[in-house]
Amino acid sequence: MYLDHAATTPLSASALAALTSELSRSGNPSSLHGSGRRARMVVEDSREALAAAAGCHPSEIIFTSGGTEADNLAVKGLYWSRRDADPRRTRILCSPIEHHAVLDTVQWLEKHEGATVVWLPVDHEGVVSEEAIRAELAAHADSTALLTVMWANNEVGTVQDIPAITALAHEYGVPVHTDAVQAFGSLPVNFRAAGVDTMAISGHKIGGPVGVGALVVGRAVKLTPVMHGGGQERDIRSGTLDTPGIAAFAAAAREATENLPAESARLRQLRDTLIAGVEREIPDAVLRGAREEQSGDTDRQGMPRRLPGNAHFTFPGCEGDSLLFLLDLAGVESSTGSACTAGVPRPSHVLLAMGLSETEARGAQRFSLGHTTTSADVDTLLNALPGAYERAKKAGMASHVSSIQTAGTGFTS
Amino acid sequence: MKVLAAMSGGVDSAVAAARAVEAGHDVVGVHLALSRMPGTLRTGSRGCCTIEDSRDAWRACDILGIPYYVWDFSERFKEDVVDDFIAEYAAGRTPNPCMRCNERIKFAALLEKALALGFDAVCTGHYAKVITDADGNPELHRAADWAKDQSYVLGVLTHEQLKHSMFPLAETPSKAEVRAEAERRGLSVANKPDSHDICFIPDGDTRGWLEERIDLTEGDIVDSSGEKIGTHPGANAFTVGQRKGLKLGRPADDGKPRFVLEIRPKENKVVVGPEKLLNIDQMRGIKISWAGLPIPEIAARTQFDCMVQVRAHGDPVAARGWMEDVASEEAEGGIREELVVRLNEPMRGVAPGQSMVVYQGTRVLGQATIDSARSLEWDPAAVS
Repeated sequence: MYLDHAATTPLSASALAALTSELSRSGNPSSLHGSGRRARMVVEDSREALAAAAGCHPSEIIFTSGGTEADNLAVKGLYWSRRDADPRRTRILCSPIEHHAVLDTVQWLEKHEGATVVWLPVDHEGVVSEEAIRAELAAHADSTALLTVMWANNEVGTVQDIPAITALAHEYGVPVHTDAVQAFGSLPVNFRAAGVDTMAISGHKIGGPVGVGALVVGRAVKLTPVMHGGGQERDIRSGTLDTPGIAAFAAAAREATENLPAESARLRQLRDTLIAGVEREIPDAVLRGAREEQSGDTDRQGMPRRLPGNAHFTFPGCEGDSLLFLLDLAGVESSTGSACTAGVPRPSHVLLAMGLSETEARGAQRFSLGHTTTSADVDTLLNALPGAYERAKKAGMASHVSSIQTAGTGFTS
Repeated sequence: MKVLAAMSGGVDSAVAAARAVEAGHDVVGVHLALSRMPGTLRTGSRGCCTIEDSRDAWRACDILGIPYYVWDFSERFKEDVVDDFIAEYAAGRTPNPCMRCNERIKFAALLEKALALGFDAVCTGHYAKVITDADGNPELHRAADWAKDQSYVLGVLTHEQLKHSMFPLAETPSKAEVRAEAERRGLSVANKPDSHDICFIPDGDTRGWLEERIDLTEGDIVDSSGEKIGTHPGANAFTVGQRKGLKLGRPADDGKPRFVLEIRPKENKVVVGPEKLLNIDQMRGIKISWAGLPIPEIAARTQFDCMVQVRAHGDPVAARGWMEDVASEEAEGGIREELVVRLNEPMRGVAPGQSMVVYQGTRVLGQATIDSARSLEWDPAAVS
């Protein structure tokens, strides 16, 4: 029972069909002969479909290997081109709740490229302070290279008011990148309406395959390339285009956008049932991220305050990894929310930025719903969770002193 | 049984887990994250703390078809093992951090969490054997392969801890056998080098690492009668048995080299003397634990024959042991239990803080932390 759609989603039927059909054919879309023309047709059809889904012009779609590459290209590309145009521009305004694809890129620029990072404060729900952005821009617009704020957070699901933030930054002539990997396909994301300069999206979060994504780059935006080579993709991103991946990405995007109003309403309802159920079964659990007052509560032109498929809690007195283990044992696949690719689970930087203590942050568990989720799944979780929580609480925090008596217990040196 | 296999990423724990799976247990692999800032790739002979080691453990679990998790014990490890290691050295003692890790992390913090989460036992790749008698009481014994035997570093485990311990490599004839078995099972760690060094000291330079963490203050070097014969840069920079680096300038009266006999951090003194006084005849141990039920002589306060070992791969020495109740202001109730061991033949290289593990045959009776070790030819009270 899969409640980890924020990590990756099952491949949708149309994406699978597009992928397998294209994998069986050959042709480099940059070639001029028949095979090339056929492949190019698929790529350009896909580009148009994605542009329609993302609300941009087809030429603004730059295909990449995924969200991480798109974020790297945007942040490094904007930083370098802005700094080259005016060497004073070395400041990067960044939210502290960004995905590592942005966070680590920004920190790399600080370490190796002379950038100064300004971490924008967020409130307890994870909403970036617009006052802080205004104050920072009013004081340092001339020396600011870019502002980067993610559209929707991958851990706690908080949605930022990207159009408002962008309007603010543009008042001061500062370009904006947004990581919309979690938002695209779940929220009515529209590149042009939002006004952002670059926007990262990814295939496998919306029912497409892993290994393909895109950076939407406004026509007027200058980006210094990261990948050099054959000059594909407006000379911004070289490399032979992945026709099967792109076709499948477009198919998934088409499906996700067509179903978006109905699907997001369905997920929101399931999510609210889940949240109410968790709060009923486990009164100690604390919902993290933005709470929507009623189902479908929107205060920003149809943009909700929380991702429809995201429910994130902290469970006091236990380790998130104990809960994950026990739920996994009960057949429920969830996540502690923070990436632990290093193999070492650390308290989430997102939760810490929202003001939680390390101990509170350690009890995190994220349930993310998607197109395969049913109300039976939510019931399964709600049945398994109370027992898992009781047991995980008994296991306690890994930092506590073990109560097992050993040779050295009771002695002080 | 539901078994938690502690997976370091090495070949021994992988094969141990494989055997537990094969024995029909319900096994879950767990890698302990012991460092907040793990290195990316393994270097030298460090054992278990890099991301590469974590990946190796993960791969082994995938091949065995068992779930794999990483649990973060970095905070406990720092307090119970690393900080303890530094504090012990600062107090002039020589601890064994691997033993401490078994005592406080693998078979305490990890075991406790495992039991709470519904496991029955923790399984590791240690070479040692647990034998359970008809009443369910465990005994700890040496492994079949004495060359690889690790019962010494497990000697600190108590009855309760042993009841939930599983060492599937107990009967393995040799390490080569384990590697061959790993190869047969398709475990990619089959040819991974053994680890030797202390895992939290990256370059293996224990002394350099400690000197960065312990303040050194200049003090006196005295001979075995208490007479000052030189100065040292800091008592903690020395180890018992050390000969080089004393910089005494003048030779001993008999012209023979002098060795560090004792370190007294409270007085910041280093006591030196002739080599023969390094021959230890008697040791007194505190922080005593019994690996299973104690033998009757313990409660009866009578003497018993045993073998004593003071380091992981040291040779055991025949001895007589007995318990004494000693008045102590520090101890609760004013009385402290001490395990006294009189060696049949003298032993070299003994320093306070080391554990003495006492055996009868292959059986580990228990252990104590060496509080004092002396040659009967010399009374340390002569130095005051």
